[in-house]
Amino acid sequence: MANTISSVPFQGTKEQEQELLEVVKRHKGQQGALMPIMQEAQEIYGYLPIEVQKIIAHELEISLEEVYGVATFYSQFSLNPKGQYKISVCLGTACYVKGSGDIFDKLQESLNIKGGECTPDGKFSLEACRCIGACGLAPVLTVNDDVYGRLVPEDVPGILAKYMD
Amino acid sequence: MYRSHVLVCGGTGCTSSGSERIVAALEKEIKASNLEEEVKVIKTGCFGLCALGPIMIIYPEGAFYSMVKEEDIPEIVSEHLVKGRIVTRLLYQETVHEDTIKSLNHTQFYAKQHRVALRNCGVINPEDINEYIGVDGYMALGKVLTEMTPEDVIKSISDSGLRGRGGGGFPTGRKWSFAAAQPKGQKYVCCNADEGDPGAFMDRSVLEGDPHVVIEAMAIAGYAIGADQGYIYVRAEYPIAVKRLQIAIDQARENGLLGKNILGTGFNFDLELRLGAGAFVCGEETALMTSIEGKRGEPRPRPPFPAVKGLFGKPTVLNNVETYANIPQIILKGADWFASMGTEKSKGTKVFALGGKIHNTGLVEVPMGTTLREIIEEIGGGIPNGKKFKAAQTGGPSGGCIPAEHLDIPIDYDNLISIGSTMGSGGLIVMDEDTCMVDIAKFFLEFTVDESCGKCTPCRIGTKRLYELLDKITKGKATMEDLDKMEELCYHIKANSLCGLGQTAPNPVLSTLHFFRDEYIAHIVDKKCPAGVCKALLSYVIDENKCKGCTLCAKVCPAGAIEGSVKVAHKIDTKKCLKCGACIEKCRFGAIMKK
Repeated sequence: MANTISSVPFQGTKEQEQELLEVVKRHKGQQGALMPIMQEAQEIYGYLPIEVQKIIAHELEISLEEVYGVATFYSQFSLNPKGQYKISVCLGTACYVKGSGDIFDKLQESLNIKGGECTPDGKFSLEACRCIGACGLAPVLTVNDDVYGRLVPEDVPGILAKYMD
Repeated sequence: MYRSHVLVCGGTGCTSSGSERIVAALEKEIKASNLEEEVKVIKTGCFGLCALGPIMIIYPEGAFYSMVKEEDIPEIVSEHLVKGRIVTRLLYQETVHEDTIKSLNHTQFYAKQHRVALRNCGVINPEDINEYIGVDGYMALGKVLTEMTPEDVIKSISDSGLRGRGGGGFPTGRKWSFAAAQPKGQKYVCCNADEGDPGAFMDRSVLEGDPHVVIEAMAIAGYAIGADQGYIYVRAEYPIAVKRLQIAIDQARENGLLGKNILGTGFNFDLELRLGAGAFVCGEETALMTSIEGKRGEPRPRPPFPAVKGLFGKPTVLNNVETYANIPQIILKGADWFASMGTEKSKGTKVFALGGKIHNTGLVEVPMGTTLREIIEEIGGGIPNGKKFKAAQTGGPSGGCIPAEHLDIPIDYDNLISIGSTMGSGGLIVMDEDTCMVDIAKFFLEFTVDESCGKCTPCRIGTKRLYELLDKITKGKATMEDLDKMEELCYHIKANSLCGLGQTAPNPVLSTLHFFRDEYIAHIVDKKCPAGVCKALLSYVIDENKCKGCTLCAKVCPAGAIEGSVKVAHKIDTKKCLKCGACIEKCRFGAIMKK
């Protein structure tokens, strides 16, 4: 999956930084603290830009390379900001067998972006995910916390329209 | 005292189909009817029959309502809960027998199931420790701490014949005895709840429906090997499971069932949750422990095995969720009871996540030795739309596809391996005649390429080359020599990869090559995809009998590939056709197909 350094300028606030420093303080000294800190940092900022990784490395007194290594290893960590509406299409086996590949293609076409990208207006980002466990509803996609199931490609425009206003 | 209990499934499947809204509507209506003192609404874990969600069951009648909608709630409350008249229209039709309700246990889906690991799922409120204690919860821990020595516990688990449910099938008792044999000192107990196989959700359902069983079993394991600290490594993608586990851990601590001096016996044990961050390789035991340590989750060579040198370099026992879910029952009912179920070498039951082209998608737990045919045709209710069964995929990206000729094989660890598949963690995906086996092999390889951690070359580069060969085949550009090359590459990857991910990655290719070689040959020699899936090999044709000559398709075709005049059947020039599908969308008569 594409996980390159973002070209979007970093717009972190002082409040966010303060919150991050508190998170680090809470976990510091705990065995294996790096990942829980990064997970909470991503909740604060929505993604993990290099600026945030630098703060974490500095505070934990470890190298930036170590933080960056972990950030790029796990698919949950994103170095790019996500869209206002995060669309994930389940490409787990049960959904794939029932045609979720076509749904994903249709979304790429409708939004004119590829998987892992965000629309230029920052509205939608699209990604494939591996099984959210709602196999009874296959094929499934989620838009932020909304779940849509038993889909056919023709459902895509209607779903997107709900978030267009 | 309540006169009625309404159990609503709060598992991920039903939550996705709106059970939260159902609960809210129920509570509102019940309040409006002044029944709050008489009727209790409980959100449970997964019932198993996910295809019919949202699901709800009302006791004492045992009325099983399926595919419930928000609009149905006022009627259920006013008719059933107020007047005592069951709303037959909304019942799961299989439970309706003339004028009475058949017990759920007598329906086709549940009759052959035997619930051990899932016994509390859909039965208790997972967010209330008292409900777990009410069904003998923490009794096994009490028994272990007061009546058994660590050696007794390990002997009991060994005698039961329990094998690891995460896929490896290693005897659990033996694993524990290795860690117990290490010198005293810091040791750890870990739980693998990083269910990575796409299309498998057994562990998630246990965590969501019965989180305390995992906590109890881990404490028992801690006592057996001499560990005072445990970690549960759970997928961050399972928010409901994470939340309920945290609630369960907090409640267990408050009740003195975790922490210092448990039940006054002097035994200390505590647990911590760690969230995975979306890396399939972290299901491998050494990678999982590296990840808990906060590093890139790369595997390392074994030996040393984790029982000797595991988490933070200390002796560690690591089992999967479903394995743990069996432990308290084995302690309470005895090793002989557990060993009486299953086959000679695979004891007990196994949970399968049944999905794909099947009527009753959901979670089933059956004794080992049940045949695939029983699971698919009887419990699963067969394949929808009158299609023909083609294969069942077990073991996820590490497993293989089982064709119709092996449907009657009794499922256990060793039988599945003998036919080129694996038990894996229990994903069972059914495929029909519309599924292309080459495409499925490619699908799994795309997954392993994506998830390969990159540490060892055979896996990092080998799976990528394998994927490229498969891609070539699905595009009709491969030769028969490529097929031989591909097979050879498979054996190299299997023999030389560092961890289980690479060693098993070629299995989907090898098993489809073995059982469905003719499909590969059709792609290569005839340049045809028999299932009609591989886009590059399809051609669009117009059915002359259905075409009315309306000219819409010719107008919309961007390549000018469709010819024909008004009211005369049109034709597609396959050489010009881009296979964009625009014509199919426009045609009002269903006259255009892919062949």
